[in-house]
Amino acid sequence: MNAMIGPYEQSDAAKAAYDARWGRILACVRLEQPDRMPTAMQTFFWPATHAGVSYKELMYDYEKTKQLCFDVVEEFEPDGVYTLVLGAALGPLLDKLDFKQLQWPGHGVRDDQPYQYLDREYMSADEYDEFLFDPTGFYLQKYLPRVAGVFAGFDKLPIFPGLHYFRLCFGVRAFAQPEVRASFERIVAAGEEASVAFAHHVDWANRIAAAGFPLINSAASIAPYDFIADYFRGATGTMKDLYRHKDKLKQVLDKAAIFIARMTIANARAANHPIVFIPIHWAPDRFMSPKQFEEFWWPPFRKLMMLLIEADLIPMPLWESDCTQRLPVIKDVPPGKCIYWFERTDMVAAFEALGDRVALRGNVSPSLLATGKPDEVDAAVKHLVDNVWRKGGKLILDGAFGIPDETPTANVRAMYDAARKYGG
Amino acid sequence: MCEMNDNERQLVDWLADMQEDDALALAKRMLAEGADPARVLDLCRAAMEIVGKRFEAGEYFLPELVMAGEMLDAVGRLAKPLIRSETGGPKKLGKVLIGSVHGDLHDIGKNIVSFMLDINGFDVKDIGVDAPAQRFIDEIDAFKPDVVGLSGFLTLAFDSMKETIAAFERAGLRGQFKTMIGGGQIDETVRAYTGADAFGINAVEAVALCRNWLGVAA
Repeated sequence: MNAMIGPYEQSDAAKAAYDARWGRILACVRLEQPDRMPTAMQTFFWPATHAGVSYKELMYDYEKTKQLCFDVVEEFEPDGVYTLVLGAALGPLLDKLDFKQLQWPGHGVRDDQPYQYLDREYMSADEYDEFLFDPTGFYLQKYLPRVAGVFAGFDKLPIFPGLHYFRLCFGVRAFAQPEVRASFERIVAAGEEASVAFAHHVDWANRIAAAGFPLINSAASIAPYDFIADYFRGATGTMKDLYRHKDKLKQVLDKAAIFIARMTIANARAANHPIVFIPIHWAPDRFMSPKQFEEFWWPPFRKLMMLLIEADLIPMPLWESDCTQRLPVIKDVPPGKCIYWFERTDMVAAFEALGDRVALRGNVSPSLLATGKPDEVDAAVKHLVDNVWRKGGKLILDGAFGIPDETPTANVRAMYDAARKYGG
Repeated sequence: MCEMNDNERQLVDWLADMQEDDALALAKRMLAEGADPARVLDLCRAAMEIVGKRFEAGEYFLPELVMAGEMLDAVGRLAKPLIRSETGGPKKLGKVLIGSVHGDLHDIGKNIVSFMLDINGFDVKDIGVDAPAQRFIDEIDAFKPDVVGLSGFLTLAFDSMKETIAAFERAGLRGQFKTMIGGGQIDETVRAYTGADAFGINAVEAVALCRNWLGVAA
């Protein structure tokens, strides 16, 4: 009798295919040789391009998104799949949160454009002490109201540490204030929408699993420096902090490594999936000096990765841009525990530096995928197979950061076909 | 720059070495003691030249450019109100119009390129982010640039750049300036796709392109 995954029946053949695909990914992680080079699929709005619908439809129509994200998986048969539905069908939730850090199709950008993050200062430099002393209090009263409208009333919440006895009893008066009450009503509505969106993700993930396709990751995480630079101080704010507030920045990064690890471990365990996707924004060679990288960026990130590894998770950082000069530093992880996904770093150089330490993922150029021809994509895959995979590199083939939204279907087909043709 | 006295040399060194507190205190003291504010701004320019050279040499990175910009602004705020007559500063090497193409809201890289061009002696007009082709054309008509820089971080910028350059062609503007593109995903493949004259992968390359086009020795 066939197994059931949620409401979906998984045939014996689909189960065997699922096990083989997941086995290839895990073999790469362990630095063992799988039967063939695995492929992965990550994208955000490309399923809309492929199907000829607007990005906004993907953002707002759960059923359509699930179907299109199932179709691309079934058509191109990757060995590991990103959480495609969670990455695209965000519109109703963002609306209900009144989320301030993004512009998205139908909300600040055109219907056929992807969502974009707004790099701003969401915490001022003189708030480091407050954040360090009581991160949760800072979140509740300052940070959350700044990043999402549903939390607008939270600045009226009581100061929790210190509440005790009758102070605690009467401290709850704040919850009766109209602004706080209104906030909670909106948060419940947003929470319900998040549950709906997540249930759609689970439904789609069950359906692709039943068809034989595993997710390559479930939980996602972030490097401590990027957490502060992207979501609190802003990119340029943090650059200034490297000079003006270096000690406080270091203290925050150290602390953040621990609470980010706790959050990530909890999420990964809830999802029952060991691989953690970690997009890396501020590690590139051209951004900060080697000295700054080794002093500020790498230690808290390594600490985070080690906490994840100790929890039997598999960190999968996506090293954006060119990180060639960072390779000797980021090699300092135990062998067979991580997948390093490189964007513009030369994959051959990465293999030569790290091939005995980590599995690799990537990295067909986005400009080639978006604007090149299928035979050029084929040649790019062959280059990676000849110079990395056939030389013993445990490569999971994918685009440099997945499939760019604008990619012609013929180029996507060329990438996956070439992986089969050359990679076994 | 003509001969410097000890204070002047110290100010240039502290600015170039990222000693922000010391540099700003010294600039303030020099101005309070009657130093010529135009001369103090010249010293800043000399320091920025050193910063630019260290960036080109790979000794400095983005945080140092950001800090240099902060210090330049701070000294400017102290000195500029004290200047009686505008001397206009040194002659500019050429005009560069720069902006992020339509659909793209990113500006960190563009801002760094603008700053590097500025401290290297170019007259830079930055028209911001998400700029449609017509906005570029209107600004070109008014500013008469020698070089137009199109910036974009996302892959959607490939088509926006191509459309913008095609709009320059249709408006009969193409021969009047050089067009360079830059941003996270830009490479030769994208340059060929968009029809730009050149691309750069960082601010140093952008400065080199402009110098080359305008016949300025590096």
